[in-house]
Amino acid sequence: MTLDEFKRACEQLAADGPALIAAVGDLVAWGELRNSLVGRTGGRLTDIMSALGSLPKEDRRAAGQLANATKVAIEELLETRRAELAGAAKTVAIGDPSMPARQNWRGSVHPVSLVIDEISEIFRELGFSIALGPEAETEWYNFLSLNFPADHPAMELHDTLYLEGGGLLRTHTSPVQIRTLQKYPPPIRILAPGNVYRRDFFDATHSPMFAQIEGLAVDEGISFADLKATLTHFARRFYGASRRTRFRPSFFPFTEPSAEMDVEVDLGDGRGVRWIEIMGCGLVHPAALENAGVDSEKFTGWAFGMGPGRIAQSRYGIPDCRVLFDSDVRFLEQFAR
Amino acid sequence: MKISHDWLLAFVPHALTPQAVGELLSDHTVTLDGIAPLRADLVPFVVARVVASEKIPETKLSFNKVDDGSGTLLEVVCGAPNVTVGALYPFARTGTVMPAGPTIEKRKIRGFTSNGMLCSARELGLGDDHEGILALSVDVPPGTPLLSAMPIGDTQLDLDVLPNRPDLLSHRGVARELSALTGVMMQTPIELQGTATIPLATTGKPSATAHGVRVTVEDPAGAPHYIAVVIRGVKMDASPDWLKQRMESVGSRSISNVVDATNYVLHALGQPVHAFDLAKLSQHAIVVRKAKAGETLVTLDGVARTLEPWMTIIADGERATALAGVMGGQASQVTDATTDILLEIAHFAPRDVRKVRRALGLSTDASYRFERGVDGGSTDEIATLAARLIVAVAGGTIESVLDVGAPPPSAAAVRLRPTRVDHLLGAHVAEEEIERLLSTVGFMVEPGADRAYSVMPPTWRHDVSHEVDLVEEIARLRGYDALPDELRPYRIGTVPDDPLHIAGRRVRDALVAAGLAETRPMPFTKGDGTPHARVANPLAEDEPYLRKSLLDTLARRAEYNLNQHEGNVRLFEIGSAFIPDGEGLPREEVRVAALVMGARRPAHFTEPKPPAFDAWDAKALAETIVRAAFPAAKARLEAGENGALWSVHSVERAPELGTEGPPAEDGSFDMTLVVRVRLVGMVRAVVLDAPVWASPAFGVEITLGELSAAAVAPPGKHDYADADESTPPHFVKFAPLPTTPAAEFDLALIVPNEMSAESVERVMKEASGQMLERLELFDEFRGAGIPDGKRSLAWRLTFRHPERTLRDKEIDGRRSQLLKTLEKELGVVPRTA
Repeated sequence: MTLDEFKRACEQLAADGPALIAAVGDLVAWGELRNSLVGRTGGRLTDIMSALGSLPKEDRRAAGQLANATKVAIEELLETRRAELAGAAKTVAIGDPSMPARQNWRGSVHPVSLVIDEISEIFRELGFSIALGPEAETEWYNFLSLNFPADHPAMELHDTLYLEGGGLLRTHTSPVQIRTLQKYPPPIRILAPGNVYRRDFFDATHSPMFAQIEGLAVDEGISFADLKATLTHFARRFYGASRRTRFRPSFFPFTEPSAEMDVEVDLGDGRGVRWIEIMGCGLVHPAALENAGVDSEKFTGWAFGMGPGRIAQSRYGIPDCRVLFDSDVRFLEQFAR
Repeated sequence: MKISHDWLLAFVPHALTPQAVGELLSDHTVTLDGIAPLRADLVPFVVARVVASEKIPETKLSFNKVDDGSGTLLEVVCGAPNVTVGALYPFARTGTVMPAGPTIEKRKIRGFTSNGMLCSARELGLGDDHEGILALSVDVPPGTPLLSAMPIGDTQLDLDVLPNRPDLLSHRGVARELSALTGVMMQTPIELQGTATIPLATTGKPSATAHGVRVTVEDPAGAPHYIAVVIRGVKMDASPDWLKQRMESVGSRSISNVVDATNYVLHALGQPVHAFDLAKLSQHAIVVRKAKAGETLVTLDGVARTLEPWMTIIADGERATALAGVMGGQASQVTDATTDILLEIAHFAPRDVRKVRRALGLSTDASYRFERGVDGGSTDEIATLAARLIVAVAGGTIESVLDVGAPPPSAAAVRLRPTRVDHLLGAHVAEEEIERLLSTVGFMVEPGADRAYSVMPPTWRHDVSHEVDLVEEIARLRGYDALPDELRPYRIGTVPDDPLHIAGRRVRDALVAAGLAETRPMPFTKGDGTPHARVANPLAEDEPYLRKSLLDTLARRAEYNLNQHEGNVRLFEIGSAFIPDGEGLPREEVRVAALVMGARRPAHFTEPKPPAFDAWDAKALAETIVRAAFPAAKARLEAGENGALWSVHSVERAPELGTEGPPAEDGSFDMTLVVRVRLVGMVRAVVLDAPVWASPAFGVEITLGELSAAAVAPPGKHDYADADESTPPHFVKFAPLPTTPAAEFDLALIVPNEMSAESVERVMKEASGQMLERLELFDEFRGAGIPDGKRSLAWRLTFRHPERTLRDKEIDGRRSQLLKTLEKELGVVPRTA
């Protein structure tokens, strides 16, 4: 190669470069162009420079300077273009910013479960754990162990669904009290949420299945004062710190003394502040403790049971309980997270 | 239980309003369910003041301005002569329905508009006075409801009497409590102060006879005590007004003087009483016995009933004539022609009455009380009161009293330790207070041994037999609200959270995060011909079975949604499946089921028609559930059986099984460790009764665990120490972060359709060695260029050396080595472009 030819090659490169560089649209194309211009293998400038050795000695210096100047100019252009492209990549054009976001389906927890969770959280702060028991139960666990006299009108408080071949669908979560007391020694502090069954028609205010949550505390020295204190604390945490509560006499075969607990609330249904019944409770009947193998002179306890379904209905303003069971997605989605 | 406020006052002359009585009883004795004025027809009337009045010329009418408290003076035309300016009168606004029926409307009279009516006593049904409007001598602001301005008529209290307190099923019983709570002494109502002479009772066991009337009790277990009072010469007639009112006040129909008197005794004193027409009793005999097989009886309700030999009945000299404690018979009932009656005041066994009532489905006021227990100690007294009441309202003379059997023996005294009272109530109750409270409601409190009391319950309290029962009496009479309620330190419990609860909560969180909605449907099903647990007494015969599959329940719920034209359904449930298990209770498994159908995502302008859920989404849900439910395990899904797409297995390390055993097939585990593989569920396409527009539905059902079977543990033996740790702790093992770059290449292979991708992967993993970091199957292709019966599968393989950068040559070497092995072992070759 002669010096003239060398010069022409450099000038050609310097002339082509700016247009080629300006034409690339993204960083990937830029990388490919850079390789083809100044890349170490196969780049045009590298090819030109490799001819430097074939020039006459006296021309080499001038040729080298020219090639170097060309390289600096090309690389400068490349760098400027790279910076432009990189800058453009950082800015995303979104057009109309009011267009909706891309969504995934949102899942939901059933309102009755939400209430059970909320109740459980409060009692967890007070050292309660969760116990479960079967829904298909024996008559002994559901009634006899809980001091229901056999063949007595007290049984009529629980209109029972019996199973063919013996047993029944539990009418309350109280059998879990006996099961837990049989399995674990006091001190006991448990909550037992679950489904229970009654022989009721399915209408706006009744259903043959509904949820219940049971609480049980058994230890030495437990008294009615503990029951009142714990449940009053619960009611204030659940319904609001300034709520008034009251306890009234009631009857459950497995508690003595037995009570109903009321709380004074405004349910937001336009009927104003009024007393509503929120749970049944009482000291565990000594017969129930003894039936579970617990010494009722040494240990005493208290228990409560409440209906998360009814609470969910009043809390969320659901007038007809059937919607809790229908599984209508338009209902469930209202509780989406 | 309906209680009349007036009737109550006849027993306890207290000064409380009906509302205050209800609240007092609610706080200490029995819940007030409702309170209703018996003159509910007067509810819309208000008290109004006449503020101006002028005569309308040439008429008897006056034109008045009336203040009804509404803020606007109303113009009212009135025909009464006694309108006085400034006086208060009962006022019916327009729209009010009058007791006699008509509705008050705005009218024009002689050119004057009348907006309502000032009322006379007769117009309100308060008497016959219609000479003028009823001037009220009360001091209330205009607009006050008439019923709250002055006592008009009786008020009915609806009390929720629970089965432990049958003594509250009468006015006297409720009055006793009210007397104890107010300190106002009980009295005998004037209507029970009859003085007719009662002859000395003729007693006997098992039979008594007097004046040709014979009473025999052949079934003393069913009728421990039977008193018959013979009254001759009664005159059947309508009841006097006071008695009619009493009947009305508890919602009973007045029938005749004699029948109303027996009902009076039931509601006033709680003792069912029956009147037989003596003339219709064959041989003038009463025989209390068991029914004979095939014997029949037409009861008062006109129904012919076939009796069973275990039923206690009342017979005359020949045949059954009443069901003991439940209902009388038509043949011996009193009629207008009756002159001589035999009054039955008896004590029937609660369980026997209950059995008959249930067998015949015949619940009466009498059976309700006998079942719960009447006061056996007052039978004699009530016989006297009842007989005198009959004579007072129907005349006649009491000929004889036949008293067979005996009142039940008095209950045993109950021991009460004052220390136990303090212990259970968490508060000190002074001994004098204990004695005082218990004696106000009829308990006899005597000092007993060892610093304890010996307490004798009154005969009407069958619910008090234990020390705690007395503690409840003390607590309620003091008032629960008077007891302390201070939070005190407690000991932590021994019970861990149930593992099924923990697993359920994790699964629930995972599925909610995946966009599914939790539901809590009922587990009833109509069955499918296979064995199911069945409810013996279902209310609805269409769904008498308990489900074996949660997914079937979700399928019905999905159909419900399709009926609402909602095709995007994503539901899950955590609940029980009931697996029939021989004779006993069904085996109960806690399972999770999930069902998805419709769009996989909500539509977006970048994706107007999102794809529908398919089987691969359901497979992912199964893996999600297994990961959440069994943190120590991995999911393995295999080809399903019986129509399932996949069967789902959990695979976990089981070092406790030792080092012997089947080798793990899942490459993610150290092959030297033994694993436990459990079948936990399945994934299937869910067949729905669906409209044409519906997308296919897919479901997963996985068992979380079994609820412990209902076996009774020996008393006092706690087996918690042996409790199965069904969820051993599982911790993530940290892997050091890589410090060297990875190298990757893609491999597309021609794989026969019948050869599983998993089996190809297994060979690839083995041949690649430990430097293979990741293996991703990212493409499947059938069609042009691929032989029939085969497909192209493409994997991306990522390699990494822990200490240095892998060289290109090494990667190329591995690639060709891998291809050779695949060809040799599986006959699989790369796809050529």
